[in-house]
Amino acid sequence: MARRIEVAFKPDYRDALGQSTRKRIHADLGIELSDVRTVEVYTLEGTLTDEDTTFLGRELFCDKVNQICSTEEPLLKKLPWDWCIEVGYKPGVMDAVGLTASAEVNDLIDRDVETFSSRQYLLSGKLNKKQVEKIAKDMLANELIERFSILEKRSWDGKIEADIPRVRLQHQPTIQTINLDVPDNELVRISKERLLALNLEEMQSVRDYFKAHAKEREKLKLSNAPTDVEIETLAQNWSEHCKHKIFRGLIEYHDEETGRTEIINSIFKTYIQGATKELSKKIDWLVSVFEDNAGVIKLDDEFNLVFKVETHNSPSALDPYGGALTGIVGVNRDPMGTGLGCRLLFNTDIFCFADPNYSKPLPKGLKHPKRIFEGVRRGVEHGGNKTGIPTVNGTIRFDDRFLGKPLVYCGTGGVMPAVVDSRPSHEKSIKPGDLIVMVGGRIGADGIHGATFSSEALTQESPTTAVQLGNPFVQKVMADMLTEAQQMGLYRAIHDNGAGGLSCSVAELAGRCGGAEIHLEKAPLKYAGLNPWEILLSESQERMTLAIEPAKIAAFLELAKRREVEASVIGEFTDTGKFHVLHNNKTVAFVDVDFVLEGHPQKKMKARWKRPILKEPEFPQPKALGEVLHKMLGRLNICSKEYVIRQYDHEVQGTSIIKPLTGIANDGPSDAAVLWPIEMMHKNSRRGFVVSNGINPNYGDIDTYDMTALVLDEAIRNGVAVGADPARIAVLDNFSWCSPDDPFRLAQLVRSCKALFDYAVIYETPFISGKDSMYNDFEGELDGQRIKISVPPTLLISALGIIEDVSKAVTMDLKESKNLIYLLGSTKSELGGSEYYSLLGEEISGERWIGNSVPKVDAKSAKEMYRKLHQAINSGLIRSCHDLSDGGLGVAAAEMAFAGGLGFHLDLRKVTGAEKMEREDHILFSESASRFLVEVRPENRTEFEGVMAKTDVALVGNVGDEYGLSVVGKSGQEIIRESIDDLKISWQKRLNW
Amino acid sequence: MKPKALILTGYGLNTDYELQHGFELAGADAKRVHLNDLIDGRVNLKDFQMLAIPGGFAFADDLGGGKIFAQRLKSHLYDALMEFVESDKLIFSACNGFQILVKLGMLPATSGYGEQEVTLTFNDSGRFENRWVYLKVNPKSKCIFTRDIHSLLYFPVRHGEGKFVPRDEQVLRDLQENNQIVTTYVNADGEPDGFPWNPNGSIADVAGVCDPTGRIFGLMPHPEAFLYRYNHPRWTRENLPEEGQGLKLFKNAVAYVSSGVGV
Repeated sequence: MARRIEVAFKPDYRDALGQSTRKRIHADLGIELSDVRTVEVYTLEGTLTDEDTTFLGRELFCDKVNQICSTEEPLLKKLPWDWCIEVGYKPGVMDAVGLTASAEVNDLIDRDVETFSSRQYLLSGKLNKKQVEKIAKDMLANELIERFSILEKRSWDGKIEADIPRVRLQHQPTIQTINLDVPDNELVRISKERLLALNLEEMQSVRDYFKAHAKEREKLKLSNAPTDVEIETLAQNWSEHCKHKIFRGLIEYHDEETGRTEIINSIFKTYIQGATKELSKKIDWLVSVFEDNAGVIKLDDEFNLVFKVETHNSPSALDPYGGALTGIVGVNRDPMGTGLGCRLLFNTDIFCFADPNYSKPLPKGLKHPKRIFEGVRRGVEHGGNKTGIPTVNGTIRFDDRFLGKPLVYCGTGGVMPAVVDSRPSHEKSIKPGDLIVMVGGRIGADGIHGATFSSEALTQESPTTAVQLGNPFVQKVMADMLTEAQQMGLYRAIHDNGAGGLSCSVAELAGRCGGAEIHLEKAPLKYAGLNPWEILLSESQERMTLAIEPAKIAAFLELAKRREVEASVIGEFTDTGKFHVLHNNKTVAFVDVDFVLEGHPQKKMKARWKRPILKEPEFPQPKALGEVLHKMLGRLNICSKEYVIRQYDHEVQGTSIIKPLTGIANDGPSDAAVLWPIEMMHKNSRRGFVVSNGINPNYGDIDTYDMTALVLDEAIRNGVAVGADPARIAVLDNFSWCSPDDPFRLAQLVRSCKALFDYAVIYETPFISGKDSMYNDFEGELDGQRIKISVPPTLLISALGIIEDVSKAVTMDLKESKNLIYLLGSTKSELGGSEYYSLLGEEISGERWIGNSVPKVDAKSAKEMYRKLHQAINSGLIRSCHDLSDGGLGVAAAEMAFAGGLGFHLDLRKVTGAEKMEREDHILFSESASRFLVEVRPENRTEFEGVMAKTDVALVGNVGDEYGLSVVGKSGQEIIRESIDDLKISWQKRLNW
Repeated sequence: MKPKALILTGYGLNTDYELQHGFELAGADAKRVHLNDLIDGRVNLKDFQMLAIPGGFAFADDLGGGKIFAQRLKSHLYDALMEFVESDKLIFSACNGFQILVKLGMLPATSGYGEQEVTLTFNDSGRFENRWVYLKVNPKSKCIFTRDIHSLLYFPVRHGEGKFVPRDEQVLRDLQENNQIVTTYVNADGEPDGFPWNPNGSIADVAGVCDPTGRIFGLMPHPEAFLYRYNHPRWTRENLPEEGQGLKLFKNAVAYVSSGVGV
C-alpha cells in the first residue's frame, strides 16, 4: 500500500517558496492572491507499518523546529486554502528528490521502499477554476514531464488517495527487421516515421551495406535487411549532432558579389581545423584538439586544461528547466570523458532569449520568454550549484527571433595532471579484451532520439520522449568516484554517454580499439519492457562508459560499491572490426565499426551569398544625449545581469580571482573571469587562467563574416582586458544556426567560417573544440496562419587564456580620482548592427534599425595593441581596464564610473578618429572593434605611453572627484552631465526582479 | 608531527579542496576522507585532532539542507563523533557542514548534544545567493576558531537555506547568555542593518554559533573561500594583507591542538 507523508511550515513560520510563488503569480500572470503555502508530499511504496511512517516523518522528512508533518490526515485539513494544486512527475521522469529520499529511507529502516515526491500549492484568494488551471499550466507544472491535480476546498471530500507514477510497460521486448528493399519514397517515409533523420542517399547506403553483407549475416541468422537496433545505431551515429554533416559536407559556394563559385570540401576541415593546423606549427601548448570530447591545452608543464561548450537549445524550448539542467550536467561529462578524465573547475553559460516582457500573442506550442528565462536560469542554478562547479562567466542576449527556440550554451572546463599512472592523461588506449563498463544512472526510455531530434526543426508535434531530466546529485557522486578511480589508475579510457547513449559512446570507443561486443541484458534498467534498440539509444543521464582491463575490474567495482555508484560490465572491446550487440545471447546488431563511424555519404549542398540590401538610417542627433545614455544602459543586451549572477555560485572551490561582479559595491560588470586552480596554489605558482566570451548576432544581419571577426575579437579582448596573455589564448566555436537547407543561410555559415580562419590565424588563437547546432527554426501556427521563426545566425566564441601571474589581474572599475584615462584603438562611424541603432529604430519607427556600417576588425593592429597592453598590465601600469562592446564608449565609460564609485571626465575631441566624425552620438555609441578604456596613474604616464607607442592611444579624460560622468562634445561644450548613481540605477533596474 | 585534520567528503559536499588547502596553509596535515570510509572503518576518526565538514549540497539538499547527511552520521557514526568531541578535539563546519551539525543536534547544543534546537531554513528572499558579507565576532565567545579576531570578518555566503531560526525564545536566550553566538551579520560599519547585510533574514543576525565548549563551530559564510588576498572581491582596489582572513580561523585551530590540549 502506498502512504503519504506530508510536510509543511508551521503556520507562524515563513514559507519562502510559497511567498516567492505568490509574487511570481502576481508579476507574471497578473493574479493577486492573499497567500500561497506549500506542502511537500512524499509517497512511499513498500512494506511499511504506521510506526514506520510516523518514525520516518518525524526523524527524516520533517524539520522539527519550523515544520509540521502528517502521516495520517492530509495537512489540507489544518492549513488555510481555497484551492490546491498538487504537482508531481509523470511516470518515468527523473524524480531526483524521490530517489535520494528512497536511498535514505532504505538506509534508515533497512526496507526496500520506493519514494516519490510531489508538491502542493495551497492558494488563498478569490479565484475561479480557469485561473487556477492557468496558474497550474503556465507556471507551476510543465505538462511535458509533470502532472497536476486541482482541488477546491468547497467541494473537497476530505480525502486524498496516494497515487504512484510508476512506469508499467506491458510490452514484451521485440526486435524488428526493417525491409529497405523498397522504392525511394518508401525509404524516405521510413526515415521520417522512425525519426531517423537520414536522407535518401543515406538510406540507400544503409540498404546497400546490408545487402552486400548478406553472407556473413546469414551465419548469424540475420537477414540482409537491418534490424531496428542496427538502423537506429546508424541513424544516431550518422546524425547531424554526432557527425556534423553540414560542417563536413561538400559545399558549392557562389558569391553573387564577386560572381565567383568555389567548391569547399568541409568548412570544418578547411577553416576551423585548418586554422588550428596552421597555428600548431608555431605554438607548443596544444595538447589534444578535435580528437576527443573536449579540447586540451597546457596550463603548465605538469597540468592541462580541458574545455568544452555545448548547446541544449531544443530541449530547453520544450522544458526550459530540464533542458538547461541537462545541458549543464551533460556538458560536464565532456571534459570528464576526455582522455583519462579531469576534475571540473568551472562552468560558463550564455543564453539567448526573446524579450521577457514580450506582450504580443504567442504562436501555438511556445512558452512565454519569461518562463523560458526563469526555467533556464533555475536549471543552470541547480545543475551548477549542486555539483559544486562555479559558474564564472556568461552573458544573456535578447532578440525576439529567439522566441521559437532559445539558445542555451553551457560550457565546462577542468584540470588534469599531464601524466596519470605514468601515461599521458589526454590519451585513450583500449586493448581487445578490455571490459565495457557502464557507470552511473540506470536506463529508461528518457531522451530517446535526442541526437536525431536536435537535427530537425522543432514543430508543434515534436516528440516528448526527446526530453530527459538530469540529476546533478547522481552526477556529483559519480564524478567524485571517477576522480578517485583515475588517481588509482583503474581504467584505460572514459567516454560520456550523451546524445545517442551507448550506441554512440561504445561505437566511438570501439573505433579506438577495433570492435566491441555488448550484451544488452546486462545493462541495468529503471523498469522492464524496453526494446533492445531503446536500451542502446536511451539518453538517460549521468552515465559514463569506461574501458577497464580485466585485472582491475574487481577493484573498480568495489570502489564503485563503496561510493554508492552503480557500475555494470556490459561487454568487452574486441578487434573483430564489428560493432556487435547481443540481447539474451541473440545477435541483434552486427555492423562494421568503420561503417558505423565513417560510412555515411558526404552531404552535398549549395550556398549562395547575396548581400542583403540595407540602408543606413537617417535621423538627427538626439538633443539630450544624457537621456539616451540612460536608455542605452537599460537595454536588455547591456543592463546588469546581477539577478541571475547572484543565484549562481561563482566562487566554490576557492579559485575565484576576478568575479563576474566587481567594483566598490561588488556590482560592476567584469570583462572576464580569472581563476587560480588549487593545483597552482599547492606548488606556489601564481599561474592561472582566464575565461571570456564573445557573442553578438546583430552584426550577422549585415554580414556574418564581419560578425565572426567581431565576436572573436570580443572574446579575445575581454580576456586581454583582465590580464590574459594574448599569445596564450585558445578559443572554441559554437554555432547556432537556422536551416542550412536554405542556400543563403548556408552562405552565411560559409562566410562565418572563412572569417574564423582569416582572423584566428592572425590573432594566433587556435580552435581547440567546438560544436554546432543547426535547424534552430520553429514552425507553428499563429492566428490560424503557419509561421516560421528562425534564430538569427549566432556564433559564440569562448576563450580560455593563460595569465602568468594572477596577482597582476585587472578589473574594470575606476580606482582613484585624478588618474588619467586613455582610449586604446580608433573610433569610426561604425554603427551598423549597433545597440544604438536598435534603440533609435525602436523609438522612432517602432522596429529595430540595422544599418550597413558594420564595424571592421583590423586584426593585425589589434594584435599588436593587445600585446602591448598585456605588457603594460604585467608591468603594473594599469589601474583599471574595460573593453568597449555593446553601446561603445558611452556605455563603457558609465560602467567604469559607477562600478568604481568615481566620476569620469571624457572629452570626445581627444578620441582617435573623432576628427573624422561629425556626430557626437556616433563617437559615443559606435561599436568599432578592438578598443579599451584604461586608467593610468599620472606618475606612470611616460612609461605607459612608451609601452603603447605606435598604437592608437589617446588621453581622453581623467577620473573625477565629483560624483558624475561629464562628456565634452566636439564644440568644447559639455553635452552630458549625469550622476553616476542615477546611471547605475538605469543599468540595474531593468532585470532587477 | 603536524596535527591532523580530517576533511569529510562525499554525497555532494563540495568545498573540500579549498578547506583542505586552508588547513594545510595553517600547518595541519589535512586529509580528504569519504564518509563511507569512516563508516566502513577504513579510516578512524580517532587518528585526527580536527574534523572539518565542508559546504556543498549533500544529497542535493533534498528534504532540507544537511538533513540526510546528518541522518547518515546519526545512524552510523554518532558514538565516534561523541567520543571525538569528548576528547577535547575540534570540529569546524561551514554552510552545508553547519546545516549538518545543526540538524544532527551537535550545534548549538545548549542543553546537551543530540537534540535539534535551531534550524537553518530558506532565505527570506526565497533565493540562493552568492554575496560577500561582514561578520562581527563576539569577543566573549569561547569559540577556539575566532580567538584574537578583533576586526570585522568578510566572507562570501553561497546558500539558499541559511536563515538561522531558534526553536524558541529560550534557546535564543541561552545562546546569548552563554555567548554561543560567535558571528553576526553586520554592515561595513559593524552595525546590524537588515538585507542585504543580513543576506537571509537570520533571527538576531546569527551567522555562526559554537557549542558550549567553543570547540565545535559552524557558520554559514565560507572562511575557506578567503585564504589569499586575491580571493577578496575588491583586492584590485584596496590595501589588503597577503593572507586572507579565513586562514586565521584554521591557524587558531592548529594552534589549539598543537598546544597539546587536544592531542
